[in-house]
Amino acid sequence: MSPVEYEPVIGLEIHVQLKTKTKMFCGCELSFGDPPNTHTCPRCLGLPGSLPLPNARAIHYGLLIGMALECELAPRSIFHRKNYFYPDLPKGYQISQYDEPLCGPGRLGDVRIHRVHLEEDAAKLVHVGASGRIHASDASVVDFNRGGTPLAEIVTEPDVTSAEHAREWLTLLRTTLRQLGVSDVNMDEGSLRCDANISIRPKGETQLGTKTELKNMNSFRFIERGIRAEVARQEEILRNGEQVVQETLHFDPRTEAITSLRSKEEAHDYRYFPEPDLVPVTITSDMLDTARAALPELPAARQERFEALGLQPDTARQLAWRSELGDYFETALQANGDAGSPQAVANWVCNELVARIGDEDPAGSKAAPGAVAALAGLVERKAVTPNNAKLVLDKLVNDGGDPAQIIEAEGLGALADDGELEGIVEAALAANADAAEKIRGGNMKAIGPIIGHVMRETKGRADGGEVTRIVREKLGL
Amino acid sequence: MPTDLTAVQAAEAVRAGELSATELFDAYRERAAADDLNAYTWVADAAPTEAPPADAPLAGVPVAIKDLFCTEGVPSQAGSRILEGYLPPYTATSVARLAAAGAPLLGKTNQDEFAMGSSNENSGYGPVLNPWDRTRVPGGSSGGSAAAVAGGSAPWALGTDTGGSIRQPAALTGIVGLKPTYGAISRYGMIAFASSLDQAGPLTRTVADSALMLRHLQGADTRDMTSVGLREEIVLPTAERLDGIKLGVPEELSGEGIEPGVRDAFERSLQLAEELGATVESCKLPHAPHALSAYYILAPAECSSNLARFDGVRYGQRVEADTLMDMYTRTRHDGFGPEVKRRIMLGTYALSSGYYDAYYGRAQRVRTKIAEDFAAAFERFDFVVTPTSPSVAFELGAKTDDPLSMYLNDFCTVPMSLAGIPAISIPNGLSDGLPTGLQLAAPAFAENKLLDAAHALEAALGFQRLDQRETVA
Amino acid sequence: MIDREQVLHVARLARLELTEDEVEHMTGELSKVLGHIDKIAELDLDDVAPTSHVVTVENALRPDEPEPSLPRDVALASAPAVSDDGFLVPSPQAG
Ligand SMILES: [Zn+2]
Repeated sequence: MSPVEYEPVIGLEIHVQLKTKTKMFCGCELSFGDPPNTHTCPRCLGLPGSLPLPNARAIHYGLLIGMALECELAPRSIFHRKNYFYPDLPKGYQISQYDEPLCGPGRLGDVRIHRVHLEEDAAKLVHVGASGRIHASDASVVDFNRGGTPLAEIVTEPDVTSAEHAREWLTLLRTTLRQLGVSDVNMDEGSLRCDANISIRPKGETQLGTKTELKNMNSFRFIERGIRAEVARQEEILRNGEQVVQETLHFDPRTEAITSLRSKEEAHDYRYFPEPDLVPVTITSDMLDTARAALPELPAARQERFEALGLQPDTARQLAWRSELGDYFETALQANGDAGSPQAVANWVCNELVARIGDEDPAGSKAAPGAVAALAGLVERKAVTPNNAKLVLDKLVNDGGDPAQIIEAEGLGALADDGELEGIVEAALAANADAAEKIRGGNMKAIGPIIGHVMRETKGRADGGEVTRIVREKLGL
Repeated sequence: MPTDLTAVQAAEAVRAGELSATELFDAYRERAAADDLNAYTWVADAAPTEAPPADAPLAGVPVAIKDLFCTEGVPSQAGSRILEGYLPPYTATSVARLAAAGAPLLGKTNQDEFAMGSSNENSGYGPVLNPWDRTRVPGGSSGGSAAAVAGGSAPWALGTDTGGSIRQPAALTGIVGLKPTYGAISRYGMIAFASSLDQAGPLTRTVADSALMLRHLQGADTRDMTSVGLREEIVLPTAERLDGIKLGVPEELSGEGIEPGVRDAFERSLQLAEELGATVESCKLPHAPHALSAYYILAPAECSSNLARFDGVRYGQRVEADTLMDMYTRTRHDGFGPEVKRRIMLGTYALSSGYYDAYYGRAQRVRTKIAEDFAAAFERFDFVVTPTSPSVAFELGAKTDDPLSMYLNDFCTVPMSLAGIPAISIPNGLSDGLPTGLQLAAPAFAENKLLDAAHALEAALGFQRLDQRETVA
Repeated sequence: MIDREQVLHVARLARLELTEDEVEHMTGELSKVLGHIDKIAELDLDDVAPTSHVVTVENALRPDEPEPSLPRDVALASAPAVSDDGFLVPSPQAG
């Protein structure tokens, strides 16, 4: 009997720091990297008598996210208190949303969204070790600068099917959020954080297995590796005939180790109740209109538009999901009438250009979009061979310039169809009589030395296909 | 003597140039400093160096402020040892508004810890004594404010009312106490007990004084999203008659549980109201008997969350310990008094997993029914009237061992708090030589009408306050 | 009604240390209060909407405009234990 095959069932919870000017419930400016505790006030320090004031822009950003994720937008939404004690939580509760979130079910790509809600971020707790200033041998310092930063929590349905899928989908989500302009979506700075709920089940089974929660993974690479490691761990447990325990886990990207975060404390009991210091948020048609008007074109729609231009789905997706590539591509298309076909330009951008600039923004490259488009056009019109065009692109990326001028200056243009090539081929056949004989005998592989000869003579300006055609013609094949 | 004047009279005298604001302040400052009722936790050293402008509406009439209000640089301890010595970096909106209108801070008044109590025996700074009888409680939680005004050491005071904390001590000390419509006055800077119920309000010698203070307290505040202000400016009451006024007397809040002497005084007042032209009929608030239960779920639940911030991290007292858990639990054990602990426990339990629906959820629904009961009553009546407190001031220590009997003191005042409607307590004559209170409640935002009716009754009752008696003596 | 175990559990949730004596008192007092409160279980409230707030205002939102923050020394002034730039607490990981 073959071993059982398992399939992962993964749901993601993403916390996104919103790029408002001020915090969720007070007027302190958001900051990154400022000295600790320089962005606080009675509200975000939870001083006695202070009250929260919800940030209108955070609500607006929440609506933008809801619209981009095709969520049902609640006509009325309320804030709840989530009660627990921790030094990074100044009021002893987090103002969050519970059973009336801002956004209900939606979808992004092939993953359904369960809900999106708004809340306030915790402060930063820095472990400082032994301190003579307090009784405890082991101390931490709390910095409330980050405390109260607006967060959108996006919760997916368990539609993610693999570690790779998770990374790919998160890329789409990140691009979408970046396009919306609601967040820096920078994992290094913690403006995008992700938890994954992971379970596995035998393929074909519909019942969900016991899930574990993998917490706070801070890069796409770690998310992928963490999920892969946890899926493998669960598979091993099940194959050994044991049970997966529902628990919260931490993935250490250095050692690939997965450890339990189970605390000694009793199970959490957050005692949610409606925040009495705040009144309900009613989503007015004005708020919806404003959000709708501010909604940019999103990656999914852009991909569709690119496909309508005749691009292959893969290319269209690559350009749409990496928005700076898409922007470059669109500028290239508009450059001039000599541009290649959209698919040709897209190929040059997605393959050759990306191979040369890596993750950098192509807008910063010396190769102007119009130049790359023109180069694609020249290749399409056989004015330059693909191989020589790559040399031209090298030059464009290094020094910039105009491809036609580079071809002219470097003598890289394809040979004109004026009999010159025919003469060179004839000379090559004569110089490689053995090879010519073999070809005549049906061994086309022997054409190598002849093409090499021609290319040497023409400095690569000859079109390989054209050379083959002439060889066949001359040998009567 | 300047201290014989009501706040309205004193403000007029100062504006007319008959009295200097500094003289007025010093007269009260001297009395407050000499207070032996334990009514104050802090008294100003001197009159403010900057006299209020000559045209300031409150003309320098000083005000005593319940310690629950944050006052920048001045101890604000909320009656709790956990906040001992706490100096807030900002001032509550209501206090700032009074100051801006020309009422400087005279002192901070003692109170039940975090406003939880009906006797002021729950203060971390010792009980307040009732000036009518120093063996008795002044009521609570604004007991210090009430004792200060009744004892004549302050012309008027600011208090807070969550389930009766202004009205009940006003009744027990023979002064006027007004709890306005929820949302009329900003809660910003008022240390929270139960956010959906807490409301600031005046404790004063007369109804007119309450009106004057309310005029300058009320108003929407951009620092408190639940504040809405009143819909019309408060005018000083002038009514002398109650012609055409219909008073509803809820059976549930005027019969069983009311002390005979208090009931007698109440019935005399109803007769007087009829003599002034009002009609008096009994009415029903069918859910009122459950109000206390709902209140003692909702208020503790909110307080259990509101008081979570007292964790020894950012302010207040801390008990040092090796672990975070021990630091938390010992700080809160030592910092909070028994009643606060009881309510935190009760509220935490009511919100905890498995109990929310049975307690918090049900209590919120009872709240709906109580608001509906009042709405129905106000279709027939202008005001609902009840005794403010079922008893006169009780002896110190009489109920400290029996929390439930202490809670039952609030049964006439809690329903109005749950409904968020305005209610005023006015002196209603004596029972066994101790003051009783008459409570009038009105629909939300009907403060002007309420003050007018209370003023007419006040005049007809002709109650002689303690400060007037002492002056006479 | 509430028993001793529940009292201890709730005290832990509320981060309240209770002495043996206090646990005993608390259990009795809370049980008595809950005995009174439990009367609301008799009411038929199935079709009644909950009231969280009596104010009718909605959408009280703040424009996203910065306001001055507190100077750090003021923010730290009331803290029981501070480092140069923050609030000192026993480390949550310890113990
Ligand atoms: Zn702030």
